[in-house]
Amino acid sequence: MKDKLLPILIIFSCILFILRLFWIQIIDIDNVELSKRNSVERVYQYPERGYIYDRNNNLLVGNESFYDLMIIPKDVKEIDTIEFCKIFQINKSEFIEKIKRATKYSTIKPSVFLSQISKNDFALIQEKLWKYHGFNIIRKSNRKYLTNSASNILGYISEVNDYEINDNSYYESGELIGRQGLEKSYEKELRGIKGVKYFQKDKFNRIIHSYKDGLFDTLIVPANDIKLSIDIALQRYGDSLMKNKFGSIIAIEPSSGEILSLINSPSFNPNLLIGRNRSTNYLKLKNDSIGKPLFDRGLQGQYPPGSPFKLVNGLIGLQENIINDKTTIRCNEGHFYSKNRFMRCHCKIGTINNLNKAIYNSCNTFFANIYKKTLDKFPNSKLGIDNWKKHVESFGFGNYLGYDHPIGRPGLIPGSNYYDNWYPNGGWKAATTISNGIGQGEILTTPIQLANLTTIIANRGWYKTPHLVKNISKKSLKEKYTVKKFTTIDSIHFEKIIEGMFNVVQKGTAQNAKINGIEVAGKTGTAENFIKINGNRLQLTDHSIFIGFAPKDNPKIAIVVFIENGYWGTRWAAPTASLMMESYLNKKVKRKYLEKYIVNGNLMEEYKKPYIKSNFKINE
Amino acid sequence: MSEIKLNKIDLTTLFTVILLIIMGAINIYSATHADNLESPLLLNNPFGKQIVFILISIFLFLSIQLIPYKFFQKFASIAYVLSILSLIGLFIFGKSINGSTAWYQVFGFGLQPSEFAKPITALALAKYLSDINANIKTIKTQFYSFLIIFIPVLLIVLQPDPGSTLIFLSFVFVFYKIGLPSIYMNFFIGFILLFFLTILLSKEIIILLIIIISILIILYSKKKKKSIRKFIIYSLILSSFAFSVDFIFNNIFEQHHRDRLNIVMGIQEDNRGTGYNTNQSIIAFASGGLFGEGFLKGPQTRGSFVPFQHTDYIFSTVGEEWGFIGAFIVICLFAFLMLRISKRAELQRNLFSKFFSYSAATIIFSHFFINVGMVLGLVPTIGIPLPFFSYGGSSLLGFVLLISIYIRLDAERTSKW
Repeated sequence: MKDKLLPILIIFSCILFILRLFWIQIIDIDNVELSKRNSVERVYQYPERGYIYDRNNNLLVGNESFYDLMIIPKDVKEIDTIEFCKIFQINKSEFIEKIKRATKYSTIKPSVFLSQISKNDFALIQEKLWKYHGFNIIRKSNRKYLTNSASNILGYISEVNDYEINDNSYYESGELIGRQGLEKSYEKELRGIKGVKYFQKDKFNRIIHSYKDGLFDTLIVPANDIKLSIDIALQRYGDSLMKNKFGSIIAIEPSSGEILSLINSPSFNPNLLIGRNRSTNYLKLKNDSIGKPLFDRGLQGQYPPGSPFKLVNGLIGLQENIINDKTTIRCNEGHFYSKNRFMRCHCKIGTINNLNKAIYNSCNTFFANIYKKTLDKFPNSKLGIDNWKKHVESFGFGNYLGYDHPIGRPGLIPGSNYYDNWYPNGGWKAATTISNGIGQGEILTTPIQLANLTTIIANRGWYKTPHLVKNISKKSLKEKYTVKKFTTIDSIHFEKIIEGMFNVVQKGTAQNAKINGIEVAGKTGTAENFIKINGNRLQLTDHSIFIGFAPKDNPKIAIVVFIENGYWGTRWAAPTASLMMESYLNKKVKRKYLEKYIVNGNLMEEYKKPYIKSNFKINE
Repeated sequence: MSEIKLNKIDLTTLFTVILLIIMGAINIYSATHADNLESPLLLNNPFGKQIVFILISIFLFLSIQLIPYKFFQKFASIAYVLSILSLIGLFIFGKSINGSTAWYQVFGFGLQPSEFAKPITALALAKYLSDINANIKTIKTQFYSFLIIFIPVLLIVLQPDPGSTLIFLSFVFVFYKIGLPSIYMNFFIGFILLFFLTILLSKEIIILLIIIISILIILYSKKKKKSIRKFIIYSLILSSFAFSVDFIFNNIFEQHHRDRLNIVMGIQEDNRGTGYNTNQSIIAFASGGLFGEGFLKGPQTRGSFVPFQHTDYIFSTVGEEWGFIGAFIVICLFAFLMLRISKRAELQRNLFSKFFSYSAATIIFSHFFINVGMVLGLVPTIGIPLPFFSYGGSSLLGFVLLISIYIRLDAERTSKW
């Protein structure tokens, strides 16, 4: 033992060291990543975010540089806090808070002290910056909006949050991401892919040279520009027509499914959501509980569609052979759809309507009748309503349409399951659901779904998924936007409906939508609606709705106008739609008197009513 | 004066040492290489200085081979006295670097007498113990042997240089090897174990364990009477040791000593403060992987993240730039060198040569064990160079002196004294 002690110790410790080396160098890989963290600096190079153009190549969104004030807390000394706060427009407690936060992050690494200082402020600050050791300014880039319209479409970008950083390995703290609208849905195209360069650092955090001669570096992939299907002139015109009215206008080019305009009123200036005041502005918009400018009525608003939905029931009736264009139904200011159950109609007693006349008179009796017959054709109401639902859903109702904007609602098309839930013991039949026949009752649709319906009628039976982007540079559109989707209704049936819609404008409810030299087809709607305030269900003035397209035989534009609490479809929606069509098709509006009437129309009093007093009058 | 026997020189050992010195120089070059360096051979950078010391080393080696072997035994005492004087002189003429006064400043080079004191103390011990009157089993010899170690230890502790102190303690292995009773060694190892256990657990638990074990041994031992007294004394000594360790650790040690121990024992983690060196060193090894990043390509080395990388942490450069393979080769070379010296020491018939060779192997091993163990995070941070490898003129010359004398004595193995 005595003789062998030293050799044993030598051999034992060498084996121990080799095992330890094997563990550190070959098995325990985690530490290698660590080595990248402190000796290798990763520097990103960002491609400029893609530009956004309208369909006529007007630039809507570009980029602008701005400046971030960075702080290295270790180097900060002897500064005149009062003057500093004055220059940077912050108060003292904010100043202390920010210093604390930066120090907590790191005393030797730079962190953002004030972000998104505008060019103008920068000029002022630049002169005085030398006085403040430990502060410096870096240049960054942000969105610049060249339009004050279409904020609901374009959306906005903002810094990634912690959730997104954890969720997606691409993003790192402080980077920007498309937060809403097309900025969000086309994020990958618009951002491109950042390039990475690795640099060797020394222990003082200084960069010495490129790491391994750039072996791991990656190149920037430039962003794509996108061209919208939106016609910004039409969009702006729509904004002006919707002034002081809440609601939405959606115009689609039927042949392509391209959305020409998507107007949400009240709207806001997209420039509010960039720069340093972003969060205060955002809060202001968010807290506007009456106007709800961040709520996109065209995409998110679910309303009973009202009379325009009668067209769908008419088409289903034709397809199911319930009626043909000669079928007549008598209306006596309404009808009994069930024992002791009467549905009122504005047709005079004894009016005999065929399909055409029923459309332009918007006869409740006619469409309620054929709806009921459509359901009663089947041995039980369950099968009947599910068959009806199948037809309705082929129009894109009852589900997300699949357009390229990130927000939306599915709406609701009730089926047998829905009524079984409400009447568990089977206590419902076709008559129970009669309101569906005239677009009231349980049905909920979004304006974009109605616009799609209009497109389908204009196309005589098919649609392409509506979309906001016409093309992306260096990339083709997704297939779903270029493929025709057919409804379950045969093409021949549409002509009969369109005839009725043409008469709506010629001699029916929407004669004020007539445009000289252009054949317009349309349908007005007046939808009952309710609101809950403090738990009380109140009925408000009806929504004013119009759907239509023009020209009748070679449709170039299909449109939906939806004006909250505007009462008759005729009153606001129909003339608004006709002005939009005229503006788009003729590039000029001749009917100045009508334009003036709409632009000056103000429904603000109507919107405030339920919030001011509890017993107010509706439908005045 | 006898003739020089170059043909009897242990060439294998010599080449192993030369290989280690060359590898060391290459890694020193890498660890201190800056991209904007004009010439690596300038005397104001470590690599240039190391080359100068290597040249001096060659001269030193050759000179020693020319000296008659009996000279070493004769002049060991004088060398020892000179060495002690040089250590004392530090308190008057010494230069303080990193808080310890361990250097003389000579022509722009720092000379560290404690590095030379190691081989010279080995000579002195070998001389004393090989004396015909010395018997390590007697208290008197034990006392003088320990005194020979204790004087330089005391002077070095005062510098302070705790690392070198530990090296002198390793002479205990030599004493053990040549006949020091086992009881010393048992207590020596027992105390080391107890020291770490006391820090890791608590003194109460340790004392309880000692008592329980003692009682068990007494109960099952056959010669009751004798063993009871023996084990009661043992457990009293061990318990009081545990008490004193606890006291020393918490009251006499400074905070950074405590931290270093705590980190190695995994009680505490601190990668930014005290644990920084070790952590960076381990990162460098990890970054090397199996084959290494390549010469001058290790990111941790390039960024000078490992403190003292060209001196105490030189092995981490090997690990990063030459990978597991490179580090493995270096460890094997050291193992080979140490095993060869200790084996040839056994073959020595002359006691002076034998004891000196043992000491040489022990000194190299204790440096190797503490240094590599520290760099790999297995031993607390103790500033000790890696023999032949680390940058440092005194350390290199000290080891060359040690190995040269060993080779010189080894060459005379077959000759009659």
